[in-house]
Amino acid sequence: MTEKIVEEGPVTTGDKEKLRLLTVVRGETLRNRDIYERPPGYELFFPNFVMKELCVGLAFLIIIFVWAYFKDSPLYELSNPAETPSHIKAAWYFVGLQELLAYFDPYLAGAIIPSMILAGLYLIPFIDPDPVKGIGRFAFKERKFAIGCFLGGVAMWYGLLLVGWFFRGPYWSFYWPWEDQSVVKATEVALWSFPLSAGIAFLVCYGTLVLILPAVIFQNFFFRLGLIRYLITFNLFAVMCFVPIKIFLRSAFSVKYILVTPWFNI
Amino acid sequence: MKWVPLGLVRYTVCLGGLSVFFFLLCILTGPFLMLYYVPDVNRAHADVMDIMQVVPFGSFVRNVHRWAACLMIVCVPAHMTRVFLQAAYKPPRQLNWLVGITLLILTYLMCFTGYMLPWDQEAYWGATIGATMAENSPFLGAKGPFSVLPPDKDIHYIMLGGTVLDQPTLSRFFFAHCIAIPGALAGLMGFHFFNIHRAGGMSGPL
Repeated sequence: MTEKIVEEGPVTTGDKEKLRLLTVVRGETLRNRDIYERPPGYELFFPNFVMKELCVGLAFLIIIFVWAYFKDSPLYELSNPAETPSHIKAAWYFVGLQELLAYFDPYLAGAIIPSMILAGLYLIPFIDPDPVKGIGRFAFKERKFAIGCFLGGVAMWYGLLLVGWFFRGPYWSFYWPWEDQSVVKATEVALWSFPLSAGIAFLVCYGTLVLILPAVIFQNFFFRLGLIRYLITFNLFAVMCFVPIKIFLRSAFSVKYILVTPWFNI
Repeated sequence: MKWVPLGLVRYTVCLGGLSVFFFLLCILTGPFLMLYYVPDVNRAHADVMDIMQVVPFGSFVRNVHRWAACLMIVCVPAHMTRVFLQAAYKPPRQLNWLVGITLLILTYLMCFTGYMLPWDQEAYWGATIGATMAENSPFLGAKGPFSVLPPDKDIHYIMLGGTVLDQPTLSRFFFAHCIAIPGALAGLMGFHFFNIHRAGGMSGPL
């Protein structure tokens, strides 16, 4: 849309030159005009794109400044090694791991499971058999298994975090939101463990189910992955699914351990 | 001339860019806190009290540092989720995915070490939980299954600089939080951006 506004009369810029403004044309500024050949649908990284990012940053800077002005970051009393508080919580982003400690031994909750999560994350580019599908867009339908597993894991991480943060009171007892967390609960629940043979049987059945059944049912998927990638993928998958299973067994049936050995317990 | 697709800044609001922004905010506020903070178990807590109550704008600077770190630890995993959902780890960006996961780990470590520095009850016992986990790790921890290392050589000892949380622990957490991890983060971030450039730009909205 161009629009002409005709001005009358000369515009003087000094004694030597006399210029006359003939017209003012409404259009794009010089910077945005195609002085360089612009690919359609693209913009310059600098300054156009960087400027937009800075604007988002600026918005968040204002939010942080307001937040920092009104809300002080917490500082508790001086540490005292002799006095364990009844209400210890890790920093909120680690409460998910702390919540796992309620169901698993520390070597599992603190070492094995986090290592498996990180190993799984590192391995993602190498166990995904498809090199092109869905790059640069949200392709939920084409990548059901990959996206399902990933979002399942993310949901579990944040789910544990929320339970740990909002539903755990003194001595890590479970409190519903309507229960008073200042009342200490008596948490003497008798826990029992599977006998050794039952534990082995359970784990063998579970392993068979998770490692072999998918290969039988989804044969195309199995051949596309190949044996090694298949085994890595489904071992990680088995560990991921084992976490909610153990949580369920502990909460519903008070199972302490599924497998008890002299060296380690699961 | 570097051209990028239009409409990159969207409602997945440049989570990667925001992570960098929050990191920069922490880098800018951190040194001011360091001026008033001494990593000594007898002084640390009182120094943080001073920052909060006596030092001009001390509480404001500490709050910005803290809340920016909180937002960073929200943004980094969210950025990773976006990258996964848009399959941006696929060729030619595999290496950058690996660098990204390392950055995620470093961000968590940054927060863990920083949480410890005020030396208050929350910090002390929070770090104790972390230390217990290290102590119980298989092979590397003295109390874990299949432990091969004695208590004065295991990963717990290396982490704490002793068998209990004390001055050596605070000293090495201070070093990790202020020098080692931010240095590694900054270097790897540069590499992360260089890799974006090398792979021919971003795969989709930021």
